[in-house]
Amino acid sequence: MIARGAMHRGSALWIAALVHRLSGLALAIFLPLHFLALGLAIDGEAKLEGFLRWTDQPLVKFAEGGLIFLLTVHLLGGLRVLVIENFDWRDGQKQLATLAAALSAIIAFFFLARVF
Amino acid sequence: MNVRLYLWQRATAALMVPLVLVHIAVIFYAARNGMTAADILSRTHGSIVWASYYGLFVAAASIHAAIGVRNVLAEWSPLKDRGASQFAIVFGFLLAGLGARAVFAVVLS
Repeated sequence: MIARGAMHRGSALWIAALVHRLSGLALAIFLPLHFLALGLAIDGEAKLEGFLRWTDQPLVKFAEGGLIFLLTVHLLGGLRVLVIENFDWRDGQKQLATLAAALSAIIAFFFLARVF
Repeated sequence: MNVRLYLWQRATAALMVPLVLVHIAVIFYAARNGMTAADILSRTHGSIVWASYYGLFVAAASIHAAIGVRNVLAEWSPLKDRGASQFAIVFGFLLAGLGARAVFAVVLS
């Protein structure tokens, strides 16, 4: 039996809020590493090239696909929040949140198809 | 979260909507199997457009991420508001510094 206070936790919109928060947190952790990687070019093109060859590993490519998903789902989830806060209420928020997740997964899939 | 931080969070979010869309488009354009450093740097070197675009992106992302991290820490960690704010300020400046260095690296160095 689910405790009364925790019943909302199964809701699609509660999950959407959690996904938005966790994707934002993950992107915040990734950003310094992204900047450090690009900063390798300060020491010359060869340094950046060496790093890019490291990223050719399949596991790294899958991780990049995951990052594309996180970026897209955070963008679309944030867009939904901005629209809710600044425009008239629209029904179908659960469907929109589900659509945002599905679209993000599709975009990440196309990214993976492109790099493999 | 106070009103000032809320407004900065939402303003940087709105600003980043087109920036992220362009970023995703560039990722798809640039990414292929065996993308080289020469590919990237030949596009970005000496470009005022890319320097402005990524400079603005870094500034907005640093502010947006710092406020977001502050809110998560304040709600989910044992840190109180004050501690979360202090951490977020340091994190925001770290992001802005590393981001500016990255822009310099791909555009000007």
